[in-house]
Amino acid sequence: MTLNPPPMQLQSLATEARFIELEPYYHPTGDEIALFEVAYLNRLPLLLKGPTGCGKTRFVEYMAWRLKRPLVTVSCHDDLTAADLVGRYLITADETVWIDGPLARSVRAGAICYLDEIVEARRDTTVVIHPLADDRRMLPLEKRGELLQAPPEFALVLSYNPGYQSVLKDLKPSTRQRFVAIEFRYPEPAVEETIIRNESGTDHATASALVRLAHMTRNLKGNGLDEGASTRLLVHAARLITRGIAPATACHGAVAEALSDDPEMLRTLDEFATSVF
Amino acid sequence: MPKTVDAPALQQQLEYLLGPVLSARRSAAPLAQAIATLDLARQAFVLHWIEVIDRSNYELAYRFAAAAPAALEVLDETAARAWLLEALDRYDREGLHSASSLLQDHAAFGTAVDHAVACNFEECAGVLRLFVRGLGGRTLQVEAGPRVSTDTDTLFLPARIAPMPSKNENFNIFKGLSTLLWAQNRFGSHHHDLASACAAYPEPGHAADLLMHLEMLRLTPRIAALVPGVARLLENWHGNPDPRCLRLQQPGATTCDSLVLLEQLYGRLEPPRLPWRIHLHTQASARREARVERERGELAALLAQLLESQRGPGAGEDDDAGRFSIDHHRGAGDGTNYTLRLDGQPLQAPPAVGERIESLLQDLGEIPDDYLQAQAGPDGNAADTAGTAPQEGSRGFHYDEWDCQRRHYRRSWCTLREIEIKPGNSAFVDATLARYRPQIEGLKRSFEVLRGEDRRLRRQHHGDDLDLDAVIDARIGVRNGQEMPERLFTRRQKAERDLAALFMVDMSGSTKGWINEAEREALVMLCEALEVLGDRYAIYGFSGVTRQRCEIYPIKRFSEAYNTAVRARIAGITPRDYTRMGAAIRHLCTLLSAVDARTRLLVTLSDGKPDDYSDHYRGEYGIEDTRQALLEAHHAGIRPFCITIDHEARDYLPHLYGPVSWTLVDQVEKLPLKVAEIYRRLTG
Repeated sequence: MTLNPPPMQLQSLATEARFIELEPYYHPTGDEIALFEVAYLNRLPLLLKGPTGCGKTRFVEYMAWRLKRPLVTVSCHDDLTAADLVGRYLITADETVWIDGPLARSVRAGAICYLDEIVEARRDTTVVIHPLADDRRMLPLEKRGELLQAPPEFALVLSYNPGYQSVLKDLKPSTRQRFVAIEFRYPEPAVEETIIRNESGTDHATASALVRLAHMTRNLKGNGLDEGASTRLLVHAARLITRGIAPATACHGAVAEALSDDPEMLRTLDEFATSVF
Repeated sequence: MPKTVDAPALQQQLEYLLGPVLSARRSAAPLAQAIATLDLARQAFVLHWIEVIDRSNYELAYRFAAAAPAALEVLDETAARAWLLEALDRYDREGLHSASSLLQDHAAFGTAVDHAVACNFEECAGVLRLFVRGLGGRTLQVEAGPRVSTDTDTLFLPARIAPMPSKNENFNIFKGLSTLLWAQNRFGSHHHDLASACAAYPEPGHAADLLMHLEMLRLTPRIAALVPGVARLLENWHGNPDPRCLRLQQPGATTCDSLVLLEQLYGRLEPPRLPWRIHLHTQASARREARVERERGELAALLAQLLESQRGPGAGEDDDAGRFSIDHHRGAGDGTNYTLRLDGQPLQAPPAVGERIESLLQDLGEIPDDYLQAQAGPDGNAADTAGTAPQEGSRGFHYDEWDCQRRHYRRSWCTLREIEIKPGNSAFVDATLARYRPQIEGLKRSFEVLRGEDRRLRRQHHGDDLDLDAVIDARIGVRNGQEMPERLFTRRQKAERDLAALFMVDMSGSTKGWINEAEREALVMLCEALEVLGDRYAIYGFSGVTRQRCEIYPIKRFSEAYNTAVRARIAGITPRDYTRMGAAIRHLCTLLSAVDARTRLLVTLSDGKPDDYSDHYRGEYGIEDTRQALLEAHHAGIRPFCITIDHEARDYLPHLYGPVSWTLVDQVEKLPLKVAEIYRRLTG
């Protein structure tokens, strides 16, 4: 049995020099590709909305490949500050040196800068995003007294999951109204099946059972689950099954345990898994 | 010492316990003789439960006493307990008749059942409910019931299943039955009045069995398309179908086909024996019609609202525009997809509309055009029907209550409603503010200290700026040949107060007079102080009479600002009736759980023990139910705290709230000053 090659080759390069050379697998579900391209040509920043694991990151990778621009991805977390994005002075042996942050590097290199799960970041990060996201397209490096003007190739892409329903984790209107938004949903069953088969090499029956499993978990959203099983989880499960793991075991590991810790919920998810195969 | 209690002594006890239902023709003597034959442990068991059941109904206790000796011969204690609890539940739900018939029929609870492999509904109810929810379609309740059936709102399942040799197999019967009943709802079995159809046959029971078998054959392929694992189980139950029934397994088969086959095969085909008999619910058709009627009205109101939001007010009066239509696409296998259109243009249906449409589609198969006319609600206001979560049905919210005698919940025992408070005179608030002005200023100052501020942490490993002092020290160090220190940054840390508090205020009759006034003053000062702090908070009053009328009075919801309306409501707090605390706590915890905060606090302002007019709520029962409700709150990650003015609180509050989570304000007139202060200590 041979393993499928990973979808893309990762290399140890400077952040802004990461070009995606192999075409990432992406199955369009609407006109999102055209929308992205036109927005990119018009230098409009983009906001990708949608639940976790439905293909936002893959879409950006695909577009970076298609537009032949380097991709700089920053996964935002609750301790991510403006300085982490813009840059800071670091002290070496005898002097202080300015080091550009990923956002500044992408602006200089004309890359696509992808801020994943932007609502997780600290509030002050939005301050540096704002001037970049309107027609000024500038990044102020206050500490250096420098103002970076973004080249036409530069693009800012944010992703955001509106499903968390938290008052704290919401984008301010002043931020979101700067962006062209593309909404992502879980794909239609037939499309999702194709995606699973392409990503994992599994057969039709398994993919179809996994899609049904996913729909059952998505019905439980708000009834004990925050999110249903994402396409990504289904791909994980499918890969385990293709390599010879029993479907029930694979679904338990890749889907049930990934969705919940509650014993009753885990039991239900296991019952789903044994019922759909 | 005698090993058992003898018959005369038992008779005396029974006469005392069952007095109200004994008469000249009905004496306790035969009961006593039968019970006397049991061993001491069983005698104690019977007497204990007679006492417990007495509190619900004397007649039921009598019937239990009559049935117990025979039942205890075959049931062990666990099975007997399950049998009794089911009987009591049934009494609560359906009344004496149904409960006594179960008491006479203990066989259902298994002779010599192996308890290690039996599957009780109670223990797997959670999983089954989620499972049915996951299958999709309209939300269905799942309950234990006397007969396995569905009334199209609820799936009724057996209280326990034990015929198979392993727990897993017994659970699978539960799974099979619930999937089958779900499929009856999902795939249109009840579009026809099946009960009347069967009633036309000489033996309606036999016709119903055959019809259920035919429907099962029809539904199995539908189930197989979604959950083949369950379908295999059902195939094992019905075996290879009779060749005459094969057309039911064609994709387009409907219940009409089943009814036609019923006519042809009645008396000619013996349905196979299932692990559990599936019944027809007599109310299924009535329930469905009532729901369709209700949802039709709701849909019309929601569509009116939708039209208004699309077209602006006044739309829809013009007959030519504002016409909704629906395209049905028959999906492959599972259910129906649809597109809602307004004047031909596709429209994304809001969730509330989608829910009604899907439910109606499930009940009717398709939506007739006259169901799609936008029509404002009866009071002309469409907006009223689309409430905010959690939705309160016209019958109010239902909550379980803990019965300490049964050591079991009474299901959906309390009915609770949210009732608007009549605004009072806001002069009261102004007077309070004026009277306590200096104290309020003091409170505000002390609360300001608590407010989360940014702090700058110095000499950090990482940070957003250089710590100049540290850098200079480092330079000096390096010049002197020391090692370069690493902590050179400053970092800003935001001390956030991620806290939501819900205040639950006793509005019972006993607060009449100055207690009520002190409570209101306390709330005014609390609000003033909390506004400084910026914590999210809500205030609700509670009272009520009996389990049928528990009442909650919203004073300030989490989403509301502290404004004049809230002040008027505080002023309008008046003493009402009793304090059935369990239901109030359960309801408010549901509200509090919906708030996203790291710490959730439920603060009760109380003047005494939980108490209600009936059901023995006063005393142990009420205290234990309250305690159970508070334990549930704990499990939900809520911290309860109680502020009381009852001097006897020491006797029961530690039992309810634990040793530290309560405090006594011994002088009522100090309450206004204390409440905010206690809150500050609690959250500081």
